[in-house]
Amino acid sequence: MDTFVDLLNPIFAFGLPIAASIPLGIWAARALDVPDERAGKGIDKIPTSLVALFAGKTPEKMNWKRYATSLLWFNLILFILSFLILLAQPFLPFNPDGKPALSGDLIYNTVCSFVTNTNLQHYSGEQHLSYFSQLAGVVWLQFVTPACGLAAMLATIRGLRGDDHLGDFYVDLFRSLIYLFLPCCLVVAIALAATGVPMTFAGSVKAAFPGMDEQTIARGPVAAEVAIKQLGTNGGGFFGPNSAHPFENPSPLSNMIEVCSIIVLPMASIVMLGIMLKARRHAVVIFGVMLSLVVAGAIVAIAFENRPNAAVAGLPVVAGPNLEGKEVRLGATASATWAAITTATSNGSVDAMHDSLNPLGGLVPMSLMMFNVAFSGIGAGFENMLVYIIVAVFLAGLMVGRTPEYLGKKVEAREVKYAMLALLIHPLLICVATAIFASTAWGKGTVANPGPHGFSEILYEFTSSAANNGSGFEGLSDNNVPWNVAAGIVLLLGRFPALILPLAIAGSLSKKQRVPTTSGTLRSDTPTFAGMLLGTVILVGALSFLPAVVLGPIADHVERSAAQAKPGDTKAPDAKPGDTKTPDAKPGDTKTPDAEPDDSKAPDAKKADSTDSNIKADVSNNTGANSTNITLTGVNKS
Amino acid sequence: MSSEVLEETIPGVDVVELKQQRRRTRTLRLFEPALVKQATAQSFVMLDPRVMARNPVMFLVEVGFVLTVAATIQSIVQSASTGLILYQTFLAILLLLTVLFANFAEALAEARGKAQAESLRKTRMDTPAFRLDDPSTRAGTIVPSTKLRSGDYVLIDAGQIVPADGEVVEGVASVDESAITGESAPVIREAGGDRSGVTGGTKVLSDWIVVQVTADPGQSFLDKMIALVEGASRQKTPNEIALTIVLAAFSIIFLIVTVTLEPMARYFSINLDVPTLIALLVCLIPTTIGALLAAIGIAGMDRALAANLIAKSGKAVEVAGDVDTLLLDKTGTITMGNRFATQFVPFAGLQPRDVARPAGLASLADQTPEGKSILDLARREWGFDGYTPQGSRFIEFTAQTRMSGVDLPDGTAIRKGAPDTIAAYVESLGGTVPPNYRSTTVEIASKGATPLAVAENDRLLGLIKLEDVLKPGIRERFDRLRRMGMRVVMVTGDNPATAKAIATDAGVDDFIAQATPEAKLAYIRKEQRGGKLVAMMGDGTNDAPALAQADIGVAMNSGTQAAKEAGNMVDLDSDPTKLIEVVEIGKQLLMTRGALTTFSIANDLAKYFAVIPALFVDALPGLKVLDLMNLAEVGGPRSAILAAVIFNAIVIPMLIPVALRGVAYRPVGADALLRRNLLYYGLGGVVAPFIGIKLIDMLIDPLLRLIGM
Repeated sequence: MDTFVDLLNPIFAFGLPIAASIPLGIWAARALDVPDERAGKGIDKIPTSLVALFAGKTPEKMNWKRYATSLLWFNLILFILSFLILLAQPFLPFNPDGKPALSGDLIYNTVCSFVTNTNLQHYSGEQHLSYFSQLAGVVWLQFVTPACGLAAMLATIRGLRGDDHLGDFYVDLFRSLIYLFLPCCLVVAIALAATGVPMTFAGSVKAAFPGMDEQTIARGPVAAEVAIKQLGTNGGGFFGPNSAHPFENPSPLSNMIEVCSIIVLPMASIVMLGIMLKARRHAVVIFGVMLSLVVAGAIVAIAFENRPNAAVAGLPVVAGPNLEGKEVRLGATASATWAAITTATSNGSVDAMHDSLNPLGGLVPMSLMMFNVAFSGIGAGFENMLVYIIVAVFLAGLMVGRTPEYLGKKVEAREVKYAMLALLIHPLLICVATAIFASTAWGKGTVANPGPHGFSEILYEFTSSAANNGSGFEGLSDNNVPWNVAAGIVLLLGRFPALILPLAIAGSLSKKQRVPTTSGTLRSDTPTFAGMLLGTVILVGALSFLPAVVLGPIADHVERSAAQAKPGDTKAPDAKPGDTKTPDAKPGDTKTPDAEPDDSKAPDAKKADSTDSNIKADVSNNTGANSTNITLTGVNKS
Repeated sequence: MSSEVLEETIPGVDVVELKQQRRRTRTLRLFEPALVKQATAQSFVMLDPRVMARNPVMFLVEVGFVLTVAATIQSIVQSASTGLILYQTFLAILLLLTVLFANFAEALAEARGKAQAESLRKTRMDTPAFRLDDPSTRAGTIVPSTKLRSGDYVLIDAGQIVPADGEVVEGVASVDESAITGESAPVIREAGGDRSGVTGGTKVLSDWIVVQVTADPGQSFLDKMIALVEGASRQKTPNEIALTIVLAAFSIIFLIVTVTLEPMARYFSINLDVPTLIALLVCLIPTTIGALLAAIGIAGMDRALAANLIAKSGKAVEVAGDVDTLLLDKTGTITMGNRFATQFVPFAGLQPRDVARPAGLASLADQTPEGKSILDLARREWGFDGYTPQGSRFIEFTAQTRMSGVDLPDGTAIRKGAPDTIAAYVESLGGTVPPNYRSTTVEIASKGATPLAVAENDRLLGLIKLEDVLKPGIRERFDRLRRMGMRVVMVTGDNPATAKAIATDAGVDDFIAQATPEAKLAYIRKEQRGGKLVAMMGDGTNDAPALAQADIGVAMNSGTQAAKEAGNMVDLDSDPTKLIEVVEIGKQLLMTRGALTTFSIANDLAKYFAVIPALFVDALPGLKVLDLMNLAEVGGPRSAILAAVIFNAIVIPMLIPVALRGVAYRPVGADALLRRNLLYYGLGGVVAPFIGIKLIDMLIDPLLRLIGM
């Protein structure tokens, strides 16, 4: 591996969005945070007149409660509408392949997942959804749900700034859609189409090759959906294998466009924060803390993914990076970078299978979702971070001998109460749900692997749901009633309290008198505070999840390392037999009817790399056998 | 004039030193045996769940203790292995100890506060009082002081003890307040001024006064403060409430983590027993700060009491840490309060020395501080030997002549007095007044100084500049305050020009000249509109509105009842610089809470590394790598768990000194302070338990082996 060339991917994957986030953030602050005297004038006429058209109302001056109820009502309507659309799929247009309705619990899960900007998919898009469902049910939500998150953030910032009102939710929603998401998506969609991503309303194609069965090749309006999937911290792909699918992500160039699109808007929202608050150094602190978490995660993931897979230890293959579940054309480093970025933000799209990451490599996506503050969802990321800021400000404020203050407002019992409530929810959802499923057949009976790896699958699914990330660890048979219902509940509880409680904090702070800054005031824009904030995030995260993580990825790692140390031990290949439990019958890009469709971001994608699946097949076929008997061909370094 | 000289010569400095010495002796030893005994007994009484419920964190530990006892009994009944029974018994004992240590910390702080207050209250034993039936007739009866009610009038004669807090309504007396202030010099208390307040337990030394009682028995400020320390009426301060929420939330998070760990472990077919899970929970929840929180609050009040400050609520002490603006009276706070001679200003053709000698001679018999200071200046700077020829006649200052001086045997008459008086005197003798006489006097006055003129017969020699000099070290003190983030505002009755000169000299940030009570009130309101918290000190009735308006109003004990009612603290020493101490006590209080919370939560990381491998190492042997401390394996994982619980328990008494003394405050700016505390309590909190648990493990491992666990 040429280290330098290999590292160009992560360097660009971080460098380009950072560079782009500055003008985008400046633009967002200007277009989305319109002062009262400019509201409804100039370019702002379009969103306000659209609000008048659709909602039949003039812009209001909402307080936090009104804003929060508007947001919740709007999302309830979204929920009902999307539910009905998916339920009525067989009777709606744009269904060239005549797809039937999904089961009730799957629809519930899917709607929860898309309304919460999560896009955890217990179905496979190209297999189960008509084009109408994709566009009206999925893509539409992929536009408005990040806009909801951004609206909540806009209102929160206005509260922190001490404005007399927090704006109008609907106007903010339309402003975000028209001036941020639509233009960005247009640019990215065209760029993707240029790299070869399909964009068509025609049905799937039948392909027949001499000596082979006829294949059905799915296609559709892919470029448009991938653009908003990446830009809106959505992650729900058009195809089951997500961005590992060659039609979603055909080349290293499209891969770079997509990985940059994941993080650019979450980054831009922090730039916008600095401008709106007129506190650039404070925004730099937040940006820095978030960036250091995701960069650290990427470094760890890259380091571990460039190590060989423990499952091939002792086998006569060249010890290279762990390419299981990865696209060889993208390689370990680019895939690990994507894995870190997609879980740091609440995107969750994948271009490699997280289930197949080395255990400690797989710990990275899980930890980033447990922290859930490294840029995270658009808008939602700052809302989450605000909770940690309040905790850090509270402790640090006490430590400098003053009643804690944030942005010149005193942080008192009420704000602390809201913040601690928000802080509680994440471990509550993840630990309780994981505990229930790990100890019952609901979870135990659905994991693909025994031991710690299976535990990780359960833990990952709920972590991803609670963090509204949507990436899947996979290997899990999760399209059944318990999983659909439980994940749906976790999704909803992971989303709305996390948006509303910070809004409540801001609403409460907005009414307080501003305290002048003195040399005795704790400053929230210094490196010391950045360290304090980073420490708070890491410590709280570690303390909440360490036991679970120890039982999952860490136990997985030490077991495999132990097995690696003793080649020939039957335990070693056992660590991965799960992948082969799933019959190889469904190559990701073919539409094979399947009695139990696996998750969209499914192991299918692993099959995209035929070399890779050879390894697994061979290993599993020879479980327990003397490993030297295995002969492998076509295995090579990347 | 250099400040070293001032320190030698100005008696006020010694008083400060004396006060500090006295305070040091009053400050109790941390673990005073008598108090420890009292607190130990009290910590068992406090096990009452109704008392414990006030503190959610420790209540959780107590519940854990009960459950562990139940589990132990169950093990005994089911005749489990001796090892298990012993292990569970040890856990139960350790949990009980954890609760007891927490109670002990609170009880000790309370006991210290009570002892502190008791030493003040001792003064107000049941003394007989002469209660007047009617203040105008002097007729009355002798009643015990406990029978006195607010509004009663008492007559107090020389040699009698003041029976209750009250206000002088008639008469003037010198009062010995050393019982409460430790100050041996008697003070004057008189009706109708700003010096009308008397405190129960003080002694009238001369003359008599009629006092109107202002507090019912048990309702005096001191009684209220004692009640605050004793906990009965102790209410949680706003920051304490917020912190309790944080601690409760962390406890809930750890409760979730521990409770869900059991089903998670079942996935691996590991059965975790309840006592072990409780042990893990107790290790994780912030017991350290939970145990010490109450003690820290009480200790803040103790420190205030030790500084002779009576706070009317815990909140008042806490708010003091947030003060942004300090209103300080010029006289007595910023300046010495007395005028001192600082310079001789000669007129045409003369040297300062030529003024110094006559001025010294004229002041030899002058017993006023001003006179002494003139003599002192002449001696020190100009070598005046104090020699007076035989037969000199000293002229006393009288209201008629308004001059003092000396008539020497050779007929020379030396006079000093106010410039106008001396000018008239000189002119009456046929002398002339120098042309720059008026301009020089005005110039001196404009700098906040007072000119005195000196004349020899009909000749005007020069002027003596008398200045109200700054207290030594006051600039440094203000610098310190500024670094703490505070603005100092000087309040003075002087004219703006004079005030500005003194303000510049003293280095204050702002001043209120020609201050009226209204001006003070307006200034406080203006500051508060800007979101600032204001502290001020006052004594007069006309200060009452401002004291009430200020966020921290410290009334001097010598002040009027109205002032004391209006403020939220009373300073028994009536020392205007006390405000600075109040602020530091408040800051220390908050810092101690923040630091110990951080320490408590940071501790958890190491405890995880001790307990988690111990829990799972049997089923997942690979997890041994997480055992960073390499804890003993003999006796199984139980030794590691016990070590963690022991550490968790003993860290409480080990931190009692920090809780009671408070984390040291340094005015180095918020950022540096945060870095320092993060290093000590954050990083220290992460590292310390790794070392502590390892040491405990090394100690208990052989013991556990000995008893065959």
